[in-house]
Amino acid sequence: MPTSYHLTHLRTLESEAIHVMREVVAEFERPVLLFSGGKDSIVLLRLAEKAFRPAPFPFPVMHVDTGHNFPEAIEYRDRRVDELGVRLIVASVEDSIRAGRVVEETGPRASRNGLQTVTLLDAINEHRFDAAFGGARRDEERARAKERILSFRNEFGQWEPQNQRPELWNLYNGRLRRDEHARVFPISNWTELDVWQYISEEKLAVPSIYFSHPRQVFRRDGMLYAHSEFVQLIEGEQPFQESVRYRTVGDMTCTGAVASEATTLDAVVAEIAATRITERGETRADDRVTEAAMEDRKREGYF
Amino acid sequence: MSPGAATNGHAPIEETHTSELLRIATAGSVDDGKSTLIGRLLYDSKQILSDQLEHVMETSERRGDGYLNLALLTDGLRAEREQGITIDVAYRYFQTARRKFIIADTPGHEQYTRNMVTGASTADLSVVLVDARKGVSVQTRRHSFIASLLRIPHVVVCVNKMDLVGYDQAVFDKIVEELTDWAARLDLTDVSFIPISALHGDNVVERSNEMPWYDDAPLLYHLEHVVIAPDRNLADVRFPVQWVTRPMSQEHHDYRGYAGQVAGGVLRPGSEVVVLPSAQRSRIEAIDTYEGEVDAAFPNMSVTLRLADQLDISRGDMIVEADDQPTTARELDAIVCWMDDKPMQPGGRYSIKHTTRSGRAIIGEIEHRVDVNTLEHVPAEQLGLNEIGRVVLRSSTPLMVDRYRRNRTTGSFILIDESTNDTVGAGMIQGAR
Ligand SMILES: Nc1nc2c(ncn2[C@@H]2O[C@H](COP(=O)(O)OP(=O)(O)O)[C@@H](O)[C@H]2O)c(=O)[nH]1
Repeated sequence: MPTSYHLTHLRTLESEAIHVMREVVAEFERPVLLFSGGKDSIVLLRLAEKAFRPAPFPFPVMHVDTGHNFPEAIEYRDRRVDELGVRLIVASVEDSIRAGRVVEETGPRASRNGLQTVTLLDAINEHRFDAAFGGARRDEERARAKERILSFRNEFGQWEPQNQRPELWNLYNGRLRRDEHARVFPISNWTELDVWQYISEEKLAVPSIYFSHPRQVFRRDGMLYAHSEFVQLIEGEQPFQESVRYRTVGDMTCTGAVASEATTLDAVVAEIAATRITERGETRADDRVTEAAMEDRKREGYF
Repeated sequence: MSPGAATNGHAPIEETHTSELLRIATAGSVDDGKSTLIGRLLYDSKQILSDQLEHVMETSERRGDGYLNLALLTDGLRAEREQGITIDVAYRYFQTARRKFIIADTPGHEQYTRNMVTGASTADLSVVLVDARKGVSVQTRRHSFIASLLRIPHVVVCVNKMDLVGYDQAVFDKIVEELTDWAARLDLTDVSFIPISALHGDNVVERSNEMPWYDDAPLLYHLEHVVIAPDRNLADVRFPVQWVTRPMSQEHHDYRGYAGQVAGGVLRPGSEVVVLPSAQRSRIEAIDTYEGEVDAAFPNMSVTLRLADQLDISRGDMIVEADDQPTTARELDAIVCWMDDKPMQPGGRYSIKHTTRSGRAIIGEIEHRVDVNTLEHVPAEQLGLNEIGRVVLRSSTPLMVDRYRRNRTTGSFILIDESTNDTVGAGMIQGAR
């Protein structure tokens, strides 16, 4: 048996993800790809390019913009979308607030993270999307570990973990009930390390905040947050300068930075390979609230 | 249990670039120690990160477990934590220098047969747990039966809780003997046995000092080294068409490619092919990928084929080699695992999905039900939730099939209830009529 007929684990994962994307495009009518400019959605975008080449991928991309995103991520988003010549839809939390669909939180811990769910569901309805590709991974969080690659949301956008369709072999059942839509997670089986290795193998550009840079930060609940106009300091919190990078690109108000000197992709990969703390544990305030914080948000329709 | 005791840290990065993927399914009855074993594998291979560990320590303490309860690492949903059981398939990931592993962790109780079948459908290897004190149980038999039914190529039986039987070789040998007979009846080809203590870590990552009589490798070594490459079918070319790529752009005006994932065989430019079911003939002109043309495509690669002739080909067609074709049939014999509350009955109509092809199916006759605990064939009027049986079914559209034992991709299908859209059955093709 020639050993050359062998795929590395990354190429196996890639091939599985491409298969999923093609199945969904074939079986759904109006897919969209959720693109935040973060590393997971950067990988998704590359997979979409690969799946349909030499044709452009047959769906638009959508970003749910909280208005409190890192400017570096927004710049990256716009640049990448231009390069690919794809249509970008921006669903804005700001607009949802103005339209009275959601109410802005107040106080020093105010965040628009939770509000995104409404904006996302409204946009899915407005554009009548029936499938939304997302970059969630099962290694991120324990509720995600239980989620299917095709994850159905009922008419209220809710996830019902007890009621999921079995996924057998590589056969996906893409049939929708009335008013349902699907969230599709082609990189479910990837880990954070896989994502970085893939970015490195594919030589993909990423927003600069993934690399070490000096930033004004403050410490809260043991995490480092960017000092910005969007976050009110609590008494005793002092901004200071630190060399940091981000492991995830989320809303500035709830995404923590990590102290780091990694300025290249290889250094980032090495750092991730050696880290002793999970991505969400280190950087996401939103998952620290309760044991089931992610499960609860997902049930409501979150990504 | 100091974290420092482990040897198997994160893999050096250069090596992981070429590492292979191994998909594992685990099955065990409640309390056999499955969660502890997975926790141990993750922990000793240093995949448990400190915040997860902190969380487990806190929770163990709060519950008064009196030890680091590694089982807590694997419970994902609130209901599972509340009831202290695993309900669903949970996926876990870990990596060593040689391989990346995906564990599909499924509950072992009979009422979760459908979850076990789901986890087993893509697995390269099954870990079956046996409690050394209890010996081979009905559950053990069922778990190994499911592994054989889904044709998981490799089975590792872990005889757990050896610490509770004084690490006694006689206990282990008796279980091996009993299961070896059973495995022969099941037509399992590669079965290994390892005596372990998941709680103390014996023979999980490190070789045990307590069982000098066992001179084989510990579990992790086995997982890293079991040879999986020959498990794929490299003989019969099978390429289900997923999507027809037609850019219709200035640059690629006449481009027409057939996108899909190779389900069997090795495709090469120049090969003579037949497109089924129409039986049109052509030749592979090129195999395209994002990186450019390649000179071979083999199982699990997602590629785009171009053919020498302009043919009418659409999603659901299958490209194969002329001298080695699957059976094109409408009437199938299959073993079906039923996954829905509403039983399957003769005359039942469902939607069927086989490779990328969909149609309707009518259930003809139910030949028998298999008692998953004894392998006995029992006459059956219907198949209820979690039941497995042999049925005859008729498809509205011709399907290009192989026997499941020959090819797990072209030999399998799912049934969908058209009123609820739920996936209600998993089928393994035994033959065509
Ligand atoms: N003494 C001993 N106890 C074990 C061993 N493995 C698991 N256990 C205990 O058996 C019980 C059930 O284990 P758990 O992993 O939750 O079982 P599961 O239901 O199969 O996931 C727990 O109290 C474990 O601590 C072992 O190797 N030796």
